[in-house]
Amino acid sequence: MSFDPNLALNFVLLAMLITVAGFVAATRSLLAAIILMSVYSLVSAIWLVVMDAADVAFTEAVVGAGVSTILLLGAILLTRGEVQKPQLLKLIFPAIAAIITGGLLIYAALSLPDFGDPISPANSYVGHAYLQSTPTEIGAPNVVTAVLASYRGFDTLGETVVILAAGIGVAILLGFGERAATAAPQPLDPTGDHNVVLRVAARLLIPMIALFAFYVQFHGDLGPGGGFQAGVILAVAVILHALVFGLRETMRSLKPGFVRAIAALGVLVYAGVGIVCLTNGGTFLDYDFLFDHDTEAAIPSGLLGDAEAVHHWGQHFGIFFIELGVLLTVAATMITLFYGFAGRASDAQRREA
Amino acid sequence: MIDLFDYIGSALVLFGAFLSIIGALGVLRFPDVYTRIHAASITDTGGATLILLGLALIAGWSMETLKLLVAWLFLLLTTPVAAHALGNAAFSAGHAPWIGTFRIMKGEKPR
Repeated sequence: MSFDPNLALNFVLLAMLITVAGFVAATRSLLAAIILMSVYSLVSAIWLVVMDAADVAFTEAVVGAGVSTILLLGAILLTRGEVQKPQLLKLIFPAIAAIITGGLLIYAALSLPDFGDPISPANSYVGHAYLQSTPTEIGAPNVVTAVLASYRGFDTLGETVVILAAGIGVAILLGFGERAATAAPQPLDPTGDHNVVLRVAARLLIPMIALFAFYVQFHGDLGPGGGFQAGVILAVAVILHALVFGLRETMRSLKPGFVRAIAALGVLVYAGVGIVCLTNGGTFLDYDFLFDHDTEAAIPSGLLGDAEAVHHWGQHFGIFFIELGVLLTVAATMITLFYGFAGRASDAQRREA
Repeated sequence: MIDLFDYIGSALVLFGAFLSIIGALGVLRFPDVYTRIHAASITDTGGATLILLGLALIAGWSMETLKLLVAWLFLLLTTPVAAHALGNAAFSAGHAPWIGTFRIMKGEKPR
């Protein structure tokens, strides 16, 4: 039996995942649990890269390891940082439920097809059809984007609405945290300014992060990336600003009400593309009907550089606009969530003071 | 010539990985938070630099080299700043550093 480095890497990464998961379950400190969850997400992102699922890995890295860590850290500011030692008797039923569920999952995993099995259902019917027809029907090199944004465009609209709804749900529970914008500025530290280095570095980093978000956005149909990842990265740039310069400053330059409007606007842009397709005689989100014939003929054939290639301009622009809608909704919802948690936390601090 | 670059690049990647392991050991073994940050940050920056440099040599002169360079610049900017922020936060929170066999509390003069 020969040594397979890929297999060894899989084993090491999965062993790390199990170890980290065990420590998350064992620790009593919520802070440690959140940091370990971030490590868990990062390791699973690496594992997904090893499995050649670059788009999913990207999402896991930015959402799991990035922004959800920050939001959870904001959440523990509102609670105690420790969990009480549970009574063993109360653990029996959760333990039985966990063991049964885990056993069922392992049992189900046994009957899954092998990784990369060419005759598995996922690879032989729809998956095969998508791979074959994407170059001729859509023209996007990244098939994942073609499937998400065009073939399954309606599903992605649903996901975008779910994100907006989740943001609204958190806002109903926590409020928008808007009082932080009108609060008195933080008193100066009498021992001197400790955060000069952070501010200088953040000034350099925030434009770079925002630029990278747009790279991910517009590169989405060529490589891994797209509206979801780009939206989260853009939100991280704003959150970094709030962490370094203070929530008050951020809320003054990026008004919470404006951000909320953007979140709704994203869904409107996405659904609006579908409506335009309807009025031009197609079905909802059928981008081939995005432009009528005259408009499509008026688009210069060399717009994307290669004048010879056959372009489906409706598909190109349809994916562009709906990804823009996803970017707006995801970024604005993440910022609203952060405003909600962080504004609430500073409320609580003021009440104590 | 290509082969030589591959060998040098692999050696650099391995050395970078070795440095990162040393850093991890330092985080586990050093006595207080500041020395641990020191171990983590220096080997993170240095190890990552070596690994990215080695990968750039293996990748050859292409678009990947540029992306690796950008990743390296990002790490060079963020890891030392993160280490500074950690140390700053630890000192503000009143963690006493080990100096020799003494602990210096905030505001005291080193003996």
